[in-house]
Amino acid sequence: MDRKVKLEIRNISKIFGKNPLKVISLLDKGYSKDEIFEETKQTIGLNNVSFEVYEGETFVIMGLSGSGKSTLLRCINRLIDPTTGSILIDGQDIASMDAEALRKIRRSKLGMVFQNFALLPHRTVLDNVAYGLEIQGVKKEERYAKAGIAIETVGLKGHQQSKITQLSGGMKQRVGLARALANDPDILLMDEAFSALDPLIRSEMQDELLSLEDAMQKTIIFVSHDLDEALKLGDRIALMKDGEVVQIGTPEEILTNPADSYVSKFVAGVDRSKVLTAEAVMWRPEPLVSINSGPRVAVQLMKEHGISSIFVVEGKNRLLKGILMIDDAVDALKSKKSFESLIRDVPSVPPEMPLNEIIPLIAGSEYPLPVVNESGKLKGIIVRGTVLGALAMSEDTGDTSDLETEATGAEVKNTAEIESPERISGENTVESGNAPESPVSGEADGELKGKAPPEIKVNRDLENKDLENKDLENKETGSVDKELEVNAC
Amino acid sequence: MLIPRIPIGDSVEYAVDWIDDYFGVVLDLISDQLDFLISALKDALLFLPPELFILGLSIFAYFAGKRNVKLAVGTAVGFLLIQNMGLWVLSMETLALVLSSAMLALVIGIPVGILSAKNDFLNHAIRPVLDLMQTMPSFVYLIPALIFFGLGNVPGMIATVVFSMPPTIRLTNLGIQQVPKELVEVAEAFGSTGWQKLVKVELPVALPTIMAGVNQCIMLALSMVVIAAMIGARGLGYQVLFGIQRVDIGLGFEAGLGIVIIAVVLDRITQHLSPR
Ligand SMILES: Nc1ncnc2c1ncn2[C@@H]1O[C@H](COP(=O)(O)OP(=O)(O)OP(=O)(O)O)[C@@H](O)[C@H]1O
Ligand SMILES: [Mg+2]
Repeated sequence: MDRKVKLEIRNISKIFGKNPLKVISLLDKGYSKDEIFEETKQTIGLNNVSFEVYEGETFVIMGLSGSGKSTLLRCINRLIDPTTGSILIDGQDIASMDAEALRKIRRSKLGMVFQNFALLPHRTVLDNVAYGLEIQGVKKEERYAKAGIAIETVGLKGHQQSKITQLSGGMKQRVGLARALANDPDILLMDEAFSALDPLIRSEMQDELLSLEDAMQKTIIFVSHDLDEALKLGDRIALMKDGEVVQIGTPEEILTNPADSYVSKFVAGVDRSKVLTAEAVMWRPEPLVSINSGPRVAVQLMKEHGISSIFVVEGKNRLLKGILMIDDAVDALKSKKSFESLIRDVPSVPPEMPLNEIIPLIAGSEYPLPVVNESGKLKGIIVRGTVLGALAMSEDTGDTSDLETEATGAEVKNTAEIESPERISGENTVESGNAPESPVSGEADGELKGKAPPEIKVNRDLENKDLENKDLENKETGSVDKELEVNAC
Repeated sequence: MLIPRIPIGDSVEYAVDWIDDYFGVVLDLISDQLDFLISALKDALLFLPPELFILGLSIFAYFAGKRNVKLAVGTAVGFLLIQNMGLWVLSMETLALVLSSAMLALVIGIPVGILSAKNDFLNHAIRPVLDLMQTMPSFVYLIPALIFFGLGNVPGMIATVVFSMPPTIRLTNLGIQQVPKELVEVAEAFGSTGWQKLVKVELPVALPTIMAGVNQCIMLALSMVVIAAMIGARGLGYQVLFGIQRVDIGLGFEAGLGIVIIAVVLDRITQHLSPR
């Protein structure tokens, strides 16, 4: 999936001070930011920052106050001139442009939304929104028409002639957004655009931005110091510290695989259930049984893995057909019922469903929850333990040993629980020592995906039951391996 | 211990003579132009009969004050009183001098204020000059003004301009520098040219402060009329001087009252002109 690179930042540095080149040379020699400040009294705003932003992406720049977020954003439209490095928009280097060329790019490709709205107090809403077009010399009717459309887009129809002072904060920022949209730029730069709004309005504006983004497919670069906002809006997030980018990744990558303790501290305390998706917590669907293999293979597999139900798939693409319970399968072996009639339908979830929506589903389900993509392919399975484990990580991202006890100590009923309820009730609870492979344990490096479910000892009478069918196994085992679609998430 | 006396006074005298010698023609030309400006304005003010002028001014005050009846009535009463005291022509002469001086001060002062706000070097260079212009007793520069332009309205006008220009420059400078950084960034981020940034963002945002400078400029110009009269400027100022010389309290007081009335009316009108 190769996406077009819209914006490329290459080795940008910004030194605030009288002799920036000296600082650059000190940096090259490996001096730290503080040492350099001691020596030269110059501040390093940005230190060798590089990244790419793809077309249509929402890229969030996040970090504590003073980490250089605004400086970075302002380099992109050269409100601040970077000391070294290049900034390519559609392959054109902004950093080395002359004033005239820069003005053209600013007019055609770059829009900006400001933290404190920055509306022109002497102008009406309409004239504020039309500002960008006005300075390009667009005729009055045309620019008012375009501005009017932008004003409608942000839901301010009817306020065109209002004075800025008559508007509430939320409305003002809508005007700010409309002003940026009226030019129809490719890239929207937003510096803490919603930080000055109160929480309800802020969340409303975030939702609106998301739906705008769906409709318009603009490339958005959004600066925020609010992690929840970053996680909600960002396709990818760059975390900054002291003028450097510490980590770039999707919200899930940042949460599940923090690059260092700064990042993990940053992400501690976030409500993971909103961010983590089915995809991030699911396990490799294993074992599976092909619809062509029949009940004997299924029973064999369930016995081998010590589980009481198994997902049935079809073909190379692992199309999910349903779930087979071990009781049904065993009965079927006696009564010679057709295999397909045994397969039960199960509810499934899409890979991008957030955890907070999955929790109620899995709580009421006897089986693991299959994760199925648009084309019907079984991507993975989610069991209750996984969900709890993933959420428990938020307690302390840095220390995994804690998490282990957290997850297992809670006596999580693991895969075993999917077994036919009345027979196993109570007996199959996983005990602390028994689930060392719960997804959280020792997995701080983030290899959640593709992890096979823990093997769990099934209780005696299930095994006995399986023994009864021993004769069936021998004939079929040979073909099992070929028909199984394992691995490869 | 023997530091020779630094010949500051002599130098200035020499410089003034030098300018007068070599630029006399230019100075005469300027003098003629300014004189023409003042008399043209005076003729224009005296063109209408007083009653009509007062009516017009009151209507203007009414609308300038955003339908302010009090301001309109006050203006009418004040100017009728001036006419009643028989000071109409003198008042119009004073008004012509004050307005043309203020105009000149604004025409020079506002651009200088803008430039100094944009140029750090000019900003630093101009500051001591402004201090000097404001603190140096105005009598001191009456003398060179007299030498350059002879007796009459023009040296009075020059002295008035010198005295009333600094606040215009300072307040214009301040107004532009106080334009919020984000608004300047808006202008730049959307691709404005330097001129567009100035005209469409900075000046409109700085307008209230600049208007305060305009108001100050006019008030200071009015405060100079008596001093300007000492080098031959006409109008109410001269009347005040005349009253002082004759120890004619009534005459001096009436002329002084006339100045106060004009001052108050101009102050209120210019205050209302600035948008809030
Ligand atoms: N014009 C300037 N002159 C000198 N130093 C500056 C200037 N602008 C920013 N800095 C410094 O550069 C660093 C980064 O500032 P920047 O404004 O980019 O931070 P930020 O991440 O946007 O912070 P905040 O969340 O507070 O807005 C800070 O240490 C700041 O003091
Ligand atoms: Mg900032």
